[in-house]
Amino acid sequence: MAQGTSTRDPETEGGSAPPGAEEGGGDAVPRKQSGTAAHTGVFSRGMRVLGTAARTEPWIFLVAVIGAMIHAAVNVGSASVLGYLTDNTILPAFQEGTTTAAALTTAAALLLAVGLGKATGIAMRRMLAALMQFRMQARYRRAVARKYLGLPLSWHHRHPTGQLLSNANADVEAAWQPLAPLPMAVGSVFMLVIAAIAMITTDPVLALVAFVVFPVLAVANVIFQRRVSPMASRAQALRAEVSGVAHESFDGALVVKTLGREDTETERFTHAAHRLRDALVQVGRMRSMFDPVMESLPNFGVLAVLLLGMWRMSTGAIDPGDLVQIAYLFTLLALPIRSFGWILGDLPRSVVGWDRVQSVLRSGGAMEYGTRTLEDTPTGVALRAHGVTFSYADSYEGAGAEHDLMDDGPTTARATVLNGVDLDIAPGRTVALVGPTGAGKSTLTTVLMRLVDADSGTVTLDGVDVRDLERDQIPRHTALVPQGTFVFEDSVRDNIALGADTDDEQVWAALRLARADGFVSELDGGLDARLGEKGTTLSGGQRQRLALARAVVRRPRLLIMDDATSAVDPQIEARILAGLRERDDAATVVVVAYRRATIELADEVVYMERGRILARGTHEELLTTSPGYTRLVTAYERASAETGEDAPLPEEPGPLETARRSDDAPEETSR
Amino acid sequence: MSAPAQTRAEQQTDPGARQAQEDGAADPVLFLHRSSDSAMDTLKRGIRLSPEFARGLWLTLAFAVVATAGKVIVPVAVQQIIDNGLSGADGPDMGFVTRMVTVCAALLVVTMVCSYLMNVRLYRAAESGLATLRRKAFRHVHDLSVLTQNSERKGALVSRVTSDVDQISTFMQWGGMLLLVSSGQLLVATTLMAVYSWQLTLVVWICFLPLLFGVRWLQKLLSKAYLKVRENTGDMLGVIGETVTGAAVIRAHGIERRTAERIDATVLTTRRSQIRAQRLSVAVSPFAEMIAAVGNTAVVLVGVWLGLGGDLTAGQLIAFLFLMTLFIQPMMMATEIFNEAQNAIAGWRRVLGVLDTVPDIADPGEAGRELPRGPVQVSFEEVTYSYPEGPVVLDDVSVEITPGTRMAVVGETGSGKTTFVKLLTRLMDPAEGTVRLDGVDLREVTFSSLRSRVVMVPQEGFLFDSSLGDNIRFARPESTDAELETALTELGLADWLDGLAHGLDTPVGQRGESMSAGERQLVALVRAYIADPDLLVLDEATSAVDPHTEVRIQRALERLTQGRTSVTIAHRLSTAESADRVLVFDAGRIVQSGPHTELVAQPGVYADLYASWVSSSA
Repeated sequence: MAQGTSTRDPETEGGSAPPGAEEGGGDAVPRKQSGTAAHTGVFSRGMRVLGTAARTEPWIFLVAVIGAMIHAAVNVGSASVLGYLTDNTILPAFQEGTTTAAALTTAAALLLAVGLGKATGIAMRRMLAALMQFRMQARYRRAVARKYLGLPLSWHHRHPTGQLLSNANADVEAAWQPLAPLPMAVGSVFMLVIAAIAMITTDPVLALVAFVVFPVLAVANVIFQRRVSPMASRAQALRAEVSGVAHESFDGALVVKTLGREDTETERFTHAAHRLRDALVQVGRMRSMFDPVMESLPNFGVLAVLLLGMWRMSTGAIDPGDLVQIAYLFTLLALPIRSFGWILGDLPRSVVGWDRVQSVLRSGGAMEYGTRTLEDTPTGVALRAHGVTFSYADSYEGAGAEHDLMDDGPTTARATVLNGVDLDIAPGRTVALVGPTGAGKSTLTTVLMRLVDADSGTVTLDGVDVRDLERDQIPRHTALVPQGTFVFEDSVRDNIALGADTDDEQVWAALRLARADGFVSELDGGLDARLGEKGTTLSGGQRQRLALARAVVRRPRLLIMDDATSAVDPQIEARILAGLRERDDAATVVVVAYRRATIELADEVVYMERGRILARGTHEELLTTSPGYTRLVTAYERASAETGEDAPLPEEPGPLETARRSDDAPEETSR
Repeated sequence: MSAPAQTRAEQQTDPGARQAQEDGAADPVLFLHRSSDSAMDTLKRGIRLSPEFARGLWLTLAFAVVATAGKVIVPVAVQQIIDNGLSGADGPDMGFVTRMVTVCAALLVVTMVCSYLMNVRLYRAAESGLATLRRKAFRHVHDLSVLTQNSERKGALVSRVTSDVDQISTFMQWGGMLLLVSSGQLLVATTLMAVYSWQLTLVVWICFLPLLFGVRWLQKLLSKAYLKVRENTGDMLGVIGETVTGAAVIRAHGIERRTAERIDATVLTTRRSQIRAQRLSVAVSPFAEMIAAVGNTAVVLVGVWLGLGGDLTAGQLIAFLFLMTLFIQPMMMATEIFNEAQNAIAGWRRVLGVLDTVPDIADPGEAGRELPRGPVQVSFEEVTYSYPEGPVVLDDVSVEITPGTRMAVVGETGSGKTTFVKLLTRLMDPAEGTVRLDGVDLREVTFSSLRSRVVMVPQEGFLFDSSLGDNIRFARPESTDAELETALTELGLADWLDGLAHGLDTPVGQRGESMSAGERQLVALVRAYIADPDLLVLDEATSAVDPHTEVRIQRALERLTQGRTSVTIAHRLSTAESADRVLVFDAGRIVQSGPHTELVAQPGVYADLYASWVSSSA
């Protein structure tokens, strides 16, 4: 069921089971459904999940169930009312050709009372069932998102973005999906019990028919759910596949077009679409068979009741009213029984969703913080790393795809990313970190900032071990501009200030320093312009300059830039770096650089390869002492002839620009 | 688009994001026909596009008639038995009852079978029709020009062939089916009621009419409320997504608390809008129950009164009460059905909108001409181009490229060099003037001929999630592994292939993620080589690659361009230097042309560019 329309609860009184009951399209992640063997396990586990919800929102649940019971009781009562009216109002009137005002008033009062009771019950039940579902969803969404905030970055790196997003969304939704029909199901149990009592007290013989028909109905329901559930998940997986093909094919549209491969691509897509069609038709066939059976069984029951009832009447055991009452009950009971099917259909996904949500919530390994603080001096931080090693515990990608923390592209060495790094940077110095892809540069920046902890070795800021610092100390004194720029869906001002107490003048000063004041002042709304999906789209270079302004507005004493100006025009980049160095309270700056022009602006160059620092010195020195450095810089040289590409708005939109634009956001590829 | 939005767009796991994309896709190009079509027109056009919907529809409808007629079997049986069975000569007439019940049971079996047949046929027709719709829309998207396909619309275009069609499918499987059955049910029930007593039928309808209007009104409110839910959900998922995609930034700046507050706010807003929508959705139930109660009361009172006058029998009155349940059910579900129908129609309209978008670059097809093989001669004759409602980007450009020339195109961003290349490959057509290959106007060349003779290697080699071999073979599906290996060897890439653990079978990952940017470029070059074009158009990559790969790329390029006409957008000095000739673009015009050595010696744009290259890499 689509996210936005999830407010439709499946218990809307209706003939057929709604699509959400079997297929809930909330998540397109193909997931393995438990087979029938594990079904009982799923059932008891699902009940435990629902129990959790009932314990969390006991009052809402209670009132919803009371509503359901009122509705159920009145429903059974309505059949008795009909029986009563048959015997006392309708038949006498027709047989005797006359009626009394009292009989008619009673009839009207009873019927209206039934309506009022049903209306009250159903409103209570449906509203509160949904309230409970939404409250549980909201509660767990918050819990999961807060957990994400609390977990260390290393944990984030072990889990794919898509999975985490779907844990917070589709899985939470799936976990609480059965809450919608739950009160109705509880009410239905109640209804079955009182209906059984009503029938037995009316006529035990006729009640026998019900005891045959309704168990059969329930069994048919279970059989259907078990058979359709794997089919529905298969359809769901195929839906994801169709979407995957479409995504990929449209992303590669330029290649498809220039090589004239539209036909083969269409064939590939059609193949996937046909498999989906076949799966959906299969589900449809199952339902086509089930629906008429479920609908007809009570009708056969009514016919049996009529036949048997006439015989009972001929023996004088029952009145016509009793017959009408029981027949009417049969038509009323068919639907509530189906509510069990809906819950049963939702349970497997609910259990899977709950397990995934729980595995997030149970994740541990939050960083521990010390109590020490850094002094607010107007000088740069003295930065020191000693014997730092770091390796990624396990990559979510499985074998073969190791990524440096933020570098994109696979690295050649497995396991260790940093292998004994010693680094000592004096306050106020600007140091360029240079090395081939996968050398560990980005990882080093995150270790220096204590976004992750080194496996061994120490990092100190002004001589204090980062692990001994209070939680807010590092963000307060340092700033990292990561490789992948990140823009919050918020105004420019909030994107820079990030909730800090910063006035507009300071924001503008930071923007000027980052050479971003020009384009920001041209935005519609200036500092108030909304960024992100629903707002202004910025070019890669603009985003990078914004990220830089965000970092410098805090006047950090240590600024680490991880290839943070790759999409900025070299001349502008040079001006930015010069501006940073001209400030009175010169910060310590570490810059991961690819461009020769950038490297040359640094006081010093540190050359890394395979997780080690191989050489250190000025650019000229390294050119003579380090062959690896020389080779790399020469390669950059050739690449650095590229033209500036910081046009605020690409003059030539189209796929030719896409490649460049996606380069701007390595976030997706590196995670 | 911000990073989280992009990442979310990548994943189809997230309908909220899909929805958000749709909302963002109010795009004039894709929705030309949005406002003009009524729901009925959309339906008609949709059925015309997918004839499967209508195939065998009459038989299906015949089954539907029988199936819905089955709904009144029980009420009729009740009526008959009460009126004719109850009052036999001495007590109940068992013979009549037995006959009646047997006949009814047999009829029930028949309607069950018809109901099954109707369902199956409807499912099959619907899903087949939708598969066709998907296929046509998908193909059409590929036929659109690069201008229409531009990256901002990618997400929306994917939605057109996925979630939009899924929405129609969901509707057809649930709401559509119910709509059909419910309408039939109302019709059959009304007919039977009218047979019993037209007066009482009128009473029933008078009771239910306000409900019908009420439902319509509620549905309008509800669809607004659901829209709000979707918007809020999209915002919420965006903010939650920030905790994941922005994990590093949040920690680096220590803004966990602020982010948590933002999450709380959006989660609560979403919950509030969900509850508001639910209130409207629930409202219809008690409303319907009360109407039903009033209806039942009216039926009993008026029925008794009619009965006293001899116009109605007791059985008929009780049958009326049974028939009333057939009225209430559809009413209860009506808001949701209409709501789904509205979504489905909107989705359908969007898909049709894509199909209605005329590709501005069309294949001349049968009428087109074939290009002869051999190195191509290119000529631009007074070519001018401007983007729709944009400034002129190429202004009266005339140039000849002789067969076999290696031409480098240089110029600053926005100088028109990319446009030049797009016109050359007919990704776009000139606004004025003509582009000719071997003297033939490009617009007259069949696509099959054009695409086999002219191949373009884009900046970033796009890789599909399959093996290396399959990716190379993309250019020519019939080529064998041996041919691929030969090609790699001929391009001097044998050592690279040998270095790969699984050779041609090496999986490249999603979008080629398992390969480096440089390796992806290599694949693109081999692809072009396998395609064996006569005119090669290259958009040189700007991303930095490691030195080893760089050398390989240069070597492969060298061999790839041999014996062909080639046009390369050069971002590097070395490329321009090694080309036979250089075309220099500035502000939409060709300002210089000639070999590097000549151009560099004269003052002008090229000399300036050269100077800036030299200084930035010195």
